[in-house]
Amino acid sequence: MEASVRPLLKISGLRVEYPGRRGTFVAVENMDLEVGRGEIVGVVGESGAGKSTIGSAIMQLLEPPGRIAAGTIELEGQRLDQLDATEMRAIRGKRISMIFQDPLTSLNPLYTVGKQLIQTIRTHSSRSEAAARQEATALLNAVGIPDPEIRIDQYPHQFSGGMRQRVVIALVLCTNPDLIIADEPTTALDVSVQAQILDLIKKLAAERNIGVMLITHDMGVIAQTTNRVAVMYRGRVVETGKTHQIIHAPVHEYTKSLIGAVPRADVKLDRFPRISYIEAATPAAKVFDIETHWLGRTRPDAKVAQPASVGPLVSVDGLTMRFVVRHAILPQNRVLFDAVKDLSLDIQEGEVMGLVGESGSGKSTVARILSGLYRPSSGSMRFDGQDVLKMSRSADVNAIRRQVQMIFQDPYSSLNPRMRVDSIVAEPIQHHRLASSRDETYAIVDDLLEVVGLGKAAGRKFPHEFSGGQRQRISIARALATRPRFLICDEPTSALDVSIQAQILNLLKDLRSALKLTVLFISHDLPVVRQMCDRVAVMKKGELCELAATDDLFNRPRHPYTTELLRLMPRI
Amino acid sequence: MTSNSTGRFLPALRDSDAWHKFKGSPLTIGAAIIALLMISSALLSPLIAPHDPFDPRAIDLMNSLIPPAWHEDGQSSFLLGTDDQGRDLLSAILYGTRTSIIVGFVSVGAAVLLGLVAGLLAGYLGGFIDGFIMRVVDIQMTFPSIMVALLIDGISRSLLPREQHDQLALVVIILALSLSIWPQVARTVRASTMVEKNREYVQAARVIGRPAGIIMVKHILPNVMGPVLVIATINFGVAILGEATLSFLGVGIPASEPSLGTLIRIGNNFLFSGERWIVLYPGLTLALLVLAINLLGDWLRDVLDPKLR
Repeated sequence: MEASVRPLLKISGLRVEYPGRRGTFVAVENMDLEVGRGEIVGVVGESGAGKSTIGSAIMQLLEPPGRIAAGTIELEGQRLDQLDATEMRAIRGKRISMIFQDPLTSLNPLYTVGKQLIQTIRTHSSRSEAAARQEATALLNAVGIPDPEIRIDQYPHQFSGGMRQRVVIALVLCTNPDLIIADEPTTALDVSVQAQILDLIKKLAAERNIGVMLITHDMGVIAQTTNRVAVMYRGRVVETGKTHQIIHAPVHEYTKSLIGAVPRADVKLDRFPRISYIEAATPAAKVFDIETHWLGRTRPDAKVAQPASVGPLVSVDGLTMRFVVRHAILPQNRVLFDAVKDLSLDIQEGEVMGLVGESGSGKSTVARILSGLYRPSSGSMRFDGQDVLKMSRSADVNAIRRQVQMIFQDPYSSLNPRMRVDSIVAEPIQHHRLASSRDETYAIVDDLLEVVGLGKAAGRKFPHEFSGGQRQRISIARALATRPRFLICDEPTSALDVSIQAQILNLLKDLRSALKLTVLFISHDLPVVRQMCDRVAVMKKGELCELAATDDLFNRPRHPYTTELLRLMPRI
Repeated sequence: MTSNSTGRFLPALRDSDAWHKFKGSPLTIGAAIIALLMISSALLSPLIAPHDPFDPRAIDLMNSLIPPAWHEDGQSSFLLGTDDQGRDLLSAILYGTRTSIIVGFVSVGAAVLLGLVAGLLAGYLGGFIDGFIMRVVDIQMTFPSIMVALLIDGISRSLLPREQHDQLALVVIILALSLSIWPQVARTVRASTMVEKNREYVQAARVIGRPAGIIMVKHILPNVMGPVLVIATINFGVAILGEATLSFLGVGIPASEPSLGTLIRIGNNFLFSGERWIVLYPGLTLALLVLAINLLGDWLRDVLDPKLR
């Protein structure tokens, strides 16, 4: 046993408070954590758990009026929480560095990457310009940037998201820090890039003997990367220990719930496990009988008997969406970009079709075309046998509008902040004249809010009074208010915490089977797609790579891109 | 129903950031009190003014150029003295402030209306309509408001007989002022509209099938009103100043009717002959009113602009 087993970072009894005029908010309470050299320690929790606050507290970057109310933070025995601003500046950046979520905003867009690196190196050591440049090139090489001699003179916008995050890591390494705090370093990145960045962080921690504190909401990232993990819930550490132990044998109820809520990629479950620890407060969705309920009335099911709707409900053929990236007077000088290229797809009535792809693959563009927000440059689109793009009468278009609804990704921007929830949900009913009177409309609205598990009291409130998950329920109620046949879900849960995601996905599953909806489910998250969909289409750069039944796709992928996506999928 | 909503509204107001910021700033409270006092006394001027400056029978040339009451020669019935025609200055200021405030309200109101319509159309529809409206705005912005006023005044002077022209003076001045303010409103509304139209709640309304007009009025308009309110408040002060400037130059309100600008213009002639109260008190009133309104505008901007929070 050595005498110097003193950990690199030692936090004990930390309490961070935000005094405000509505009382003091305790962001972090009684927090203990140790990070050793060469060790990666994960801090995992859902939004509002206080995990980012810890990083800010260590760096003395708490936004006022936030303050450390109790406890100590030590870096190799030195009390960080007692340092004044000048002393802290010598440590910040030099001995402790941070990597943030968005690599675009952590780099200065006006300087070349090399200039930023060289400047940082020279601020912290007395090296010559040439030596610093050499060092910078070596660092870019170390973080895996090809042709570092050329790329060093490029600007941040010339790098892709993953490459930019590599540059940020190189920037962090400039000063040879002892500790790196990585706050959601891969959340803004695609799965394939995420895996590379995490590997890089692992490699660097081991090679350079750096302690890493990895803050994330993603259990998959934790399982892949960290040695030890602390699970946080509402400002407290509920469980801490070795990563594989926590993942495979969690003790605390919350940890169990959190791990249970992560969608599984290996088997398809009927429902997501109910998270008793978190869900206790949410009212159960109202159970209704579709035969008698408003949602089931005057559905155009009678039409099913007609021969027109024997084919697929939605059918697109040769769909292409071309955007003009740069305008020019002469057509040949125009820069064009095909967001969707020659896409053909049939969606059967009652089926859940998954659409998977990384950012920029064109999946959201497909959603916008199908929902009528974009008009495609070429190709045809049929709904229930009718050619939608050739319709000229507004009554016909309106009839299609009523049957196709969409749930959006961002629950914070998809509801008009100046409208009450009941007016938001009532709008589609009023527009399509689905109710004969105001009273009837609002009775339906109350009922819809109960169906999505909110209760009618929610109607009198404004959207900002609700959490992300509750807002997404309101979005679902609004989408159902037209009694649609085809529901497009564009990443409906990617902005939500994993426990809330499970609730919303369960709700969507229940509604789908009760209402016999046809669904296009768009996601970048493969495990979620596996749980939700009957068939899956994989898109890459605007083109359809593979379309297969869900189990076939996951068990026997045929396209190399699908294989690659499946390989990189984070697993617990 | 109503009592219920007010019952909820009051505590909500007391808890809001706006009220909190208001309470914490003595400058804003002072500005609000001054603005309220001046506006209400101006609007009530026919009731509270000691004399009627419009009534030729009440005006006696014998009373001309009486200094304020606290001077040796002052009379208690003319608190702030009289002008060269024997009009009571306090009453004239009250009536004049009323004219100024009416001009301010109506011209800013018209400008906001025009700017909102133009900005919403340009921002939401884009393309050719956007280009057309914004070029009109650009052209409009190259004309100083005084030149626009002179132009309109000149045209109306040549077209209308003198009496009718004097009657229409108020309309001319309001037209000139709103023409010079609306481009600012239109630009702001266009910028905010372009941000809002890409938000998902607007797309949701489009997916429902709502036509562009309803989306603009029902969804976008309420969400762009914040910056418009700020611009309107600040331009209210600008409009009052503009009215005073134009009246001072003799383009606006005819000299026979009191407005702060005409009073200052009359007083200007006596500035060096000792009767400086004629210009001093209308001038002070104008400065105080505009200052109070601008301070309120700053407070409103702090409350409504999330970027400055």
